[in-house]
Amino acid sequence: MAERDRPTEGRAGRLRAGYGAAPWHLLLVTAVIVLAGWVALRLAQEATFGRMLLWFVGAVIAHDLVLFPVYASADRALRAVARDRVTLLNYLRVPALGTALLFLVYSPGILRWGETTHEAATGLTQRPYLVRWVVLSAALFLLSGLAYLLRRRQASRQRSESA
Amino acid sequence: MPVSRPGPSDSGTRASEVDGYGAPRRLWRGLAQHRPPGVDAVERSWRSPLRGPWLTAVYGSVLLVALPLVIITGLLDYAAYGPQFDQAFPTNVGWLRLPAFDWPTRPSWLFRVTQGLHVTLGIVLVPVVLGKLWSVLPKLFDWPPARSLAQVLERLTLLLLVGGILFQIATGLLNIQYSYVFGFDFYTAHYFGAWIFTGAFVAHVIIKFPRLVTALRSRPLGAELRTPREATRPEPPDPDGLVAAEPGPATVSRRGAVGLVGGGALLLAVLTVGQSLDGPLRRTALLLPRGRQPGTGPNGFPVNRTVAAAGVRPEQTDASWRLTLRGGGRTVTLDRPALLAMAQHTAALPISCVEGWSTRQTWTGVRLRDLAALAGVADPASARVSSLEQAGLFRTAVLAANQVLDPDSLLALRVNGVDLAPDHGYPARVIVPALPGVHCTKWVAEIDFRGRADG
Ligand code: HEM
Repeated sequence: MAERDRPTEGRAGRLRAGYGAAPWHLLLVTAVIVLAGWVALRLAQEATFGRMLLWFVGAVIAHDLVLFPVYASADRALRAVARDRVTLLNYLRVPALGTALLFLVYSPGILRWGETTHEAATGLTQRPYLVRWVVLSAALFLLSGLAYLLRRRQASRQRSESA
Repeated sequence: MPVSRPGPSDSGTRASEVDGYGAPRRLWRGLAQHRPPGVDAVERSWRSPLRGPWLTAVYGSVLLVALPLVIITGLLDYAAYGPQFDQAFPTNVGWLRLPAFDWPTRPSWLFRVTQGLHVTLGIVLVPVVLGKLWSVLPKLFDWPPARSLAQVLERLTLLLLVGGILFQIATGLLNIQYSYVFGFDFYTAHYFGAWIFTGAFVAHVIIKFPRLVTALRSRPLGAELRTPREATRPEPPDPDGLVAAEPGPATVSRRGAVGLVGGGALLLAVLTVGQSLDGPLRRTALLLPRGRQPGTGPNGFPVNRTVAAAGVRPEQTDASWRLTLRGGGRTVTLDRPALLAMAQHTAALPISCVEGWSTRQTWTGVRLRDLAALAGVADPASARVSSLEQAGLFRTAVLAANQVLDPDSLLALRVNGVDLAPDHGYPARVIVPALPGVHCTKWVAEIDFRGRADG
């Protein structure tokens, strides 16, 4: 690209070229980082600050380097099972994702993390959640299975009609 | 060596459109040329033909509309605690708060809606957040990680953005299910986490908004939602490198990808809204504590903190129980029959918990303003209500003037036509319209009315 295309004229232009973005970009991201830094400094006096930081960074690592690889591999395994039967693949994927999503969101109850606090707050135990999750998941797979069979029946009927 | 893609050129980084490198160029270019082993394999392993600016923009637009609601209702929750009485947690937040105002008592369902929205939306957005992150995940493994200082700083703010939302979701979800496994104070973490997230979110929206608009315009929504899987093709290569270099065949259409995330959100909505509804629909919150009723009959609605957990003993609440009213140097003590002999008022009011669940019940008792008059403070500025509980964050709560004076603000003695059950605060509890449940003190022992003159 020709040299004259480079917006390097003037101080703002030099900043752009050197920094890699417009001056307002620098202002904006600096403000965000200063805000976060100010909050972190405030929190640094808390005895549990280390744990908070661990959970903040840990949440990113858990998502990007644990959850994502796990669900991507699970999907790869499903694709290997289904091979080129894409419809079957999707009728497996949907209930599997539903099951995983419910577990992800409601795992504290399902795994009974916090029996005593739960009981103190509500007067109830956490026992029912595991069974309910299993039943809900089974229902998702069942519904999906039925829908798949229906669809296959329809498809084969159409095929025999057009034959 | 594969040629690296053109540098990112969103509106904020337009200056680097030439080759994408800022100063010192030798450093950034050198970094780009030193590709660690495995980077190329990872880059080729992104095969989904759906990833691209359009899908990212669709998920992004949903978050752009919904997350501000979550942020605002969260900050309103803090305001509802009454920070002017130092009873919102964390107490010391400097200038990081909404401007001070008195939390209103009308409409009486105000807090039911704001906090219900906060928690329900927070849960329902989980699949959208996951879908959005899935759509941009290849960027995490990009090489070079940055081509200029601008990109280094922006990626740092993205760490705050992603860490922030995941942190808020994780702490919120654990809190409403009563598992405090994180081992730090929820209020402090969730409140300050919210500000870190909000800052990063605002910046991200400002930087990416033009991109979002372009991406949405690039493929008409209607046409895209009519395209079946067989006709689904990858988007053209984009400057951000979201589109896979070697995309595989589509196993799901874009309509399917949007539907999958929408379906997940719907599933969570169906399993969550029940905790804010009364009647048989409550049971639909199958996996949440507040989909369950602790019993049957007039007192069979959800309890927050049992009498056993509060450590209130039966001998404290028998016939020897007395209510102490203080105000302007005067002290009045009343037993339960005396309270029942006063003018009784009945109001159907929701009890709305900070954890997002709520239930409307019919309460009967003495108006707080009548008790204030009895204590000799006809024009109260505030009232401090104390419980028989010995410990706990909510042993006492201060009510503002409007909360004492509302005609439906009660010291309730009965609910749904019968005496309060011990778990619901027998002998007497406070119920104030639109006040968070934790401040509707149970097992009341004393009310201290402060007049305007007392300052
Ligand atoms: C973008 C994400 C979120 C933001 C910015 C946010 C922000 C806030 C803020 C500012 C508060 C007030 C905190 C205080 O009073 O100290 C709050 C309270 C709360 N949030 Fe969130 N929140 C988010 C997501 C969630 C999610 C996903 C959930 C759970 C499903 C959740 C559950 C709660 C609960 C239960 C409270 C009440 C805490 C209490 O007062 O006891 N939040 N939120």
